Amino acid sequence: MKTIPDLETHLFELIRRASTKLPADVTGALEAGQAREAAGSAAATTLATILENVELSAKAATPICQDTGTPVFYVKHPWDYPVRPIREAALAAVRRATKESLLRPNAVDSVTGANSNDNTGDTFPSFYFEQWEEPDALRFDLLLKGGGSENQSAQYSLPHGALKAGRDMEGVKRVILDALVNAQGQGCGPAVLGVCIGGDRATSYSLAKKQHLRPLADKSSDPVLASMEEEITQKANALGVGPMGFGGETTVLATKITKAHRLPASFYVSISYLCWASRQAGMSVKGGRVAHD
Amino acid sequence: MIDLSTPISEAAIRSLRVGDVVSVSGVAVTARDTAHKYMVERWIESAPFPDSEDGKLLATLKPILAGGVIYHCGPVVRQDEKGKWHFVAAGPTTSSREEPFEHKVIAALGVRAVIGKGGMGEKTLAACQEHGAVYLHAVGGAATLIAQRVREVEAVYKTEFGLPEAFWQIRVEDFQCVVTMDSHGESLHAKVLADSRDRFNEMYGL
Repeated sequence: MKTIPDLETHLFELIRRASTKLPADVTGALEAGQAREAAGSAAATTLATILENVELSAKAATPICQDTGTPVFYVKHPWDYPVRPIREAALAAVRRATKESLLRPNAVDSVTGANSNDNTGDTFPSFYFEQWEEPDALRFDLLLKGGGSENQSAQYSLPHGALKAGRDMEGVKRVILDALVNAQGQGCGPAVLGVCIGGDRATSYSLAKKQHLRPLADKSSDPVLASMEEEITQKANALGVGPMGFGGETTVLATKITKAHRLPASFYVSISYLCWASRQAGMSVKGGRVAHD
Repeated sequence: MIDLSTPISEAAIRSLRVGDVVSVSGVAVTARDTAHKYMVERWIESAPFPDSEDGKLLATLKPILAGGVIYHCGPVVRQDEKGKWHFVAAGPTTSSREEPFEHKVIAALGVRAVIGKGGMGEKTLAACQEHGAVYLHAVGGAATLIAQRVREVEAVYKTEFGLPEAFWQIRVEDFQCVVTMDSHGESLHAKVLADSRDRFNEMYGL
């Protein structure tokens, strides 16, 4: 496949879109939540403020949230398009976006505490490269996931004594809902949940996070998981945590669940809590043409 | 809507109750993890020499923090050609990380209002009650909206902490928040947590 000229410019545009524009399905779900909450309640007022901010950010082309998070790049490429120029273009785009106040300088050296000031550092930003069979085509998905929501993400190891959660699907549901009770308003709900049942610790977490790329209306192709997605969202909204933890009926906008084979000895459930500011953008390249979603 | 202007009196704080919607105007100072650790270690738990760097910064910020507002925020900023800073996006950060520090800051510096998100714990609630302070909740993620309420960046200190962690002294106008922890021992966060935990336990017969 021929190298894409100006890949950096296209990736800069991808970052700009992700940081300043909320996907339409998320805005729609927030509006539905606002309509569901009692008029004049703290929940309804909060959702109205959130929606006002979403509109203002798109107009002003400024970040929806000041915590522009860890940029996570999911890249699909054919065998004959090397990873290195993609990574270099992405790093350059991230540095430029930081300079232009579309990203907050967020990369902090974990030992010295020094901020690199340009959003690059040890494995920062984050990349997932996947070689696909599609010839002459690239796919980019960018997720900007804030720290407040990442801090509320959780990984449980079943069985869990205090919650009486065993190694079965009832136990899985129990720990997911427990994570939401623990999160309260700290992760900036209403949340979009990504869940992985099983896998080793690292795979489990990364698959849970990857669920955030699925559109809100997408249902798992596995009927058991599809019905669990529905059930978790419904039960979560009966917990009464509400937007920003103010109480109310809108705690979760959608739940996306996947599974991975596990060892007989291990049973992890990983929950990736994504804030309402579910910032992501996609871009496809085919036959030399670049198209943003 | 209740107006709060800095410096805020104790009487104004004592009249506020959980659920009140307030509009804050005046000077606020941003502080997050590094700044809180610094305030406690360098100003409160050890008295700095007046002519040391720490002592000078304390002398500069103490009059602003007394009766003043701390905002848990790490903004996205922009510097113009003349070197003047502007807030581009400035929503609140999660306040619970400052729980080990905030009660000491309230007690020692006389801060009257702490703005953040997600609420704080019992130590802060007790300090609010004892010293006459409130916790104000801003909408998490409402960064462009809140940045537009920041009329001027007056000064910035400790940029070596990293731009999100620095002390930003800002002038705000009509910054709307909800009182979620008052000076009478009430916390909306404690209430919603207890209520949702009850519902969870009921759901699963725990």
